[in-house]
Amino acid sequence: MTASLTGHAGPSTAVARDAARRGRVAWTGLAAAAAWIGFGVLTRAWPNKPVGFTDWAWTHELGTAACVAGAAFAALALVDGRAGRPGRAFRHAAPWLVALALILAAWEVATAKLALLPAPFFAPPQALADTYVEDWRRLGDSTWHSVQLLATGVGTGGVLGFLTGVAIGWSRLAGYWIHPVLRLVGPVPASALLPLAFFAFPSSHAAAIFLVSLATFFPVTVLTWSGVAGVNRQYYDVARTLGASEWFLVRHIAIPAALPQVFVGLFMGLGAAFSVLVTAEMMGVKSGLGWYLTWAQGWASYANMYAALIVMALVCSGSVALLFALRDRLLSWQKGTLKW
Amino acid sequence: MVSAATSAPRGARIAVRGVSHRFDLPTGPLPVIEQLELALEPGEFVALLGPSGCGKSTLLRLVAGLEPATAGALTHDGAAIRRPDPSRIVVFQDPTLLPWRTVRDNVALGLQARGVLAAQRGRVDEALALVGLGEFAQALPHQLSGGMAQRVALARAIVNDPSLLVLDEPLGKLDSLTRLAMQAELVALWQRAGFSALLVTHDVEEAFFMAQRVVVLSERPARIVGELVNELPYPRHRGHPRLAELRHAALRLLGLDASW
Repeated sequence: MTASLTGHAGPSTAVARDAARRGRVAWTGLAAAAAWIGFGVLTRAWPNKPVGFTDWAWTHELGTAACVAGAAFAALALVDGRAGRPGRAFRHAAPWLVALALILAAWEVATAKLALLPAPFFAPPQALADTYVEDWRRLGDSTWHSVQLLATGVGTGGVLGFLTGVAIGWSRLAGYWIHPVLRLVGPVPASALLPLAFFAFPSSHAAAIFLVSLATFFPVTVLTWSGVAGVNRQYYDVARTLGASEWFLVRHIAIPAALPQVFVGLFMGLGAAFSVLVTAEMMGVKSGLGWYLTWAQGWASYANMYAALIVMALVCSGSVALLFALRDRLLSWQKGTLKW
Repeated sequence: MVSAATSAPRGARIAVRGVSHRFDLPTGPLPVIEQLELALEPGEFVALLGPSGCGKSTLLRLVAGLEPATAGALTHDGAAIRRPDPSRIVVFQDPTLLPWRTVRDNVALGLQARGVLAAQRGRVDEALALVGLGEFAQALPHQLSGGMAQRVALARAIVNDPSLLVLDEPLGKLDSLTRLAMQAELVALWQRAGFSALLVTHDVEEAFFMAQRVVVLSERPARIVGELVNELPYPRHRGHPRLAELRHAALRLLGLDASW
């Protein structure tokens, strides 16, 4: 009896906790609501400090939006236990929502309200909102171009790197010819080849694809190779005694066994690809987020720059999240993998 | 070449004649097997007993065809053994299941490698049922205990209908209770399927409980120092006085009878 009770202790206490929560108010949720309403009221009620040019647009709208968000949080906090899945997600996010509101308020005060930070370089939050509303077409177009370039480059470099890595790991002949080239050329930062690529390729777009591919190629190749080389030899013995051909060993033993390493390579390759992509766009490609950054700086519209940086952060983080989701799907047999 | 898919599996006749083998190490050649003679009748269960590191496992790799012998001849039903063949399957000390495959897909490995999986899919579940793991077909290797994993490895071997099962200390890493249970299971499996079995072990009791004939090997380089026949019928009983006699005889051959 006691044993069966302790056996069910986990789920039953969770149920009890949920039942108790049904009629309760989430206090951190209310704090989040208060923080956002506070931020909204502060933005609306405290006049901006004039700094010698036209006033910041969208100040009132930002304040209103913050108040609306705060009201929504308050509603969520009050229905807490009955809100199910969104309720749980909100409860989990509440402390961060409080922190976010405080950071935004501090930023608002330091820029628009008191002008403590030098004006054109440090834009207040409403200036970013202004950018997203007024310039979304150009920003969206730049984002689209960057994403396209990134996908083409990383796709090409990843596939070629994977094939090369398997070839070196499996075939002595491929290792003999490819290994020295890889050793010499691989560690060279792809951005060092920018000037060369820009005149060697018919368009700056093609040059950028080449450089992004190259940046992805090297880590993927090396890690695939090390994955294939590190496969437990006994797996091969077992499969060979069962009648496996060479091709079967590559396809069904070497590649699946190397796959965790391949994903480490892709992760590293993705990081290198971001870096060379932005550099290429700043140096010569006439579109993309990197180009948008230099363009915004050229016009001294720093709000646009911050807005573009935030989009860039979302794109990079999103790409990594996508990669990790793919890995979790393919490597679900592994235990305890890192969650992005 | 012997086909693995023959419907009535018959035990293999294995002959090892004048086989010597050495490893070429940086410090010079290291002889591991010297002038070994061994014959397996079809359907016979023979155990190789010898001290740790004496070259027993190397002999198994030669019989399986995973390595060529330095000198001498190995034949399977009269044909020279040159490469691995699915009619001679090795069960290693480690189950070496592929961690990314489910239990069922691990058992199916041999059929898939030879391109006959689609036609013989039903055999996979039969083999799993035979080792008592029918319910674990969808499990992943890391979810299994050591004994269960070794049973899967056994199912992966017998699904191919081998005419020779080569057992390289297959129970060496199991706890002693699981080990006793699996000794009996292996014998039952051998009796039912009719393959020849070659077992390497350094457990004297295990050798005599399972095999019909026990070949005792010397320290490296391995030579045959004696051969003991266990004529007891199956199923055997561990407490039988004949087993104790045979154990004593084997320990004497290994130079360990001072502790008897």
